[in-house]
Amino acid sequence: MITNLLSAGDLDRTDAIRILDTAEELLGVASRPIKKLPTLRGRTVVNLFFEDSTRTRISFEAAAKRLSADVINFSAKGSSVSKGESLKDTALTLQAMGADAVIIRHHSSGAPHRLAQAKWTKGAVINAGDGTHEHPTQALLDAFTMRRHLGAVGGDLAGKNVTIVGDVLHSRVVRSNVLLLHTLGAHVTIVAPPTLLPVGIDHWPVETSYDLDASLEKADAVMMLRVQAERMNASYFPSAREYSRRYGLDTARLSRLPDHAIVMHPGPMNRGMEITADVADHVRSVIVEQVTNGVAVRMAVLYLLLGGAAGESAEEEDSTDKDRV
Amino acid sequence: MVAPSDAPDAGMAHPTARTVLDEQDISRALTRITHEILERNRDSAGLVLLGIPTRGVHLARRIAQRMSEVEDREISAGALDITMYRDDLRLKPARALEHTEIPDDIDGKVVVLIDDVLFSGRTIRAALDALGELGRPTAVQLAVLIDRGHRELPIRADFVGKNLPTSLAEKVKVRLTESDGADSVSIAGGS
Repeated sequence: MITNLLSAGDLDRTDAIRILDTAEELLGVASRPIKKLPTLRGRTVVNLFFEDSTRTRISFEAAAKRLSADVINFSAKGSSVSKGESLKDTALTLQAMGADAVIIRHHSSGAPHRLAQAKWTKGAVINAGDGTHEHPTQALLDAFTMRRHLGAVGGDLAGKNVTIVGDVLHSRVVRSNVLLLHTLGAHVTIVAPPTLLPVGIDHWPVETSYDLDASLEKADAVMMLRVQAERMNASYFPSAREYSRRYGLDTARLSRLPDHAIVMHPGPMNRGMEITADVADHVRSVIVEQVTNGVAVRMAVLYLLLGGAAGESAEEEDSTDKDRV
Repeated sequence: MVAPSDAPDAGMAHPTARTVLDEQDISRALTRITHEILERNRDSAGLVLLGIPTRGVHLARRIAQRMSEVEDREISAGALDITMYRDDLRLKPARALEHTEIPDDIDGKVVVLIDDVLFSGRTIRAALDALGELGRPTAVQLAVLIDRGHRELPIRADFVGKNLPTSLAEKVKVRLTESDGADSVSIAGGS
């Protein structure tokens, strides 16, 4: 098992399935009367958020608390970062306070890598979204949700068709998803206007298309991406209305999906833009469930990174050793 | 530190496994445990059988099946994974979790924990912690196939298939058809 979670590409098939299987067991904790496990008691987890976030931060916080870890929330607003403190000094401060894991969201791509590789912190580094680069736990929870709905619990997503639609250029979710879905054997189709496809997408293990309607019939899962207006410094499409007509998921398009297909969205949604309100609240939409699953997946990641001693994965133990310390 | 052993081959330098229980012995022990559980608790209505993964779950299912035959109604067994409650988690890399499946609400029930080998007692301590977070059973009882001694905590079994005096250097190996292809209990190693 890896020691940091920086990129979905760091996970091989075994690691990915291990995280998903662990999450499968931890999902049950949410339905217990006492939603708590003692596993990470005494460990400190820092939520280091340089960029706004609702669900990711709360999700990590809930996950860490359900595992009994102590959680310190840090947001750039109202901290010394606004006085100009560097990432290094912030990280050293956290290290001095004894953080066992740092969950970092940063507006600059690569900040988590810098944090992990410069050894500013001894704890595990978990990437909770960096710039337009990666968001590995989102990819894991998406794969987890797909596995549950597409009848692949316990295995990988081999042979499943996943269509990802929208603002690929600015999306860290899509990059992590492509890497992880490729590892798990799924076939990914990316649909976006030409202006919202990044340079070099022809090297990604995906099929690309400019036409959403042509990509619907075979999709097992459709993932709509948020149009990230706050990152857009140019006109990538003529108007919101035109975007929504050509690349938005509405009821008519939903009805053309296969009966078992699910609709996903990493959130937050622009209702009426990439997805209509009817589709977002449709029974086939698993958007709220994705959030629930996110807590279980993040618990699994925290448990596997922090729960045991550092080192290689546990060897198979026989019944005799089970009782021995 | 060698515990007295009445078996002549226990002192051999080469660790050869010797079988202490065969398939029929295991079957008889489980049948006896089933009747003892029913006798002690008078009826099966308030009982919840929980096996501790992995082999404890197989044993729990076998006991549930025997109990169903005796009581003439369907009795199912659950599974209780204790990995997250272990006290030695930090000594080894993170382990994969096993499946937890509680068939019934355990509040006000008598829970019978079932495991293959009772050794230090730490697994059972972890199981008691796990149970405490799932509800408040009236009582918790413990059934094990093998009690090999060397307890490190004040825990004892209510129902024992076989007491097996062992030395700490010996290894008790329980094999069950469901996971290992055959039923047997053997001791290997020793000094």
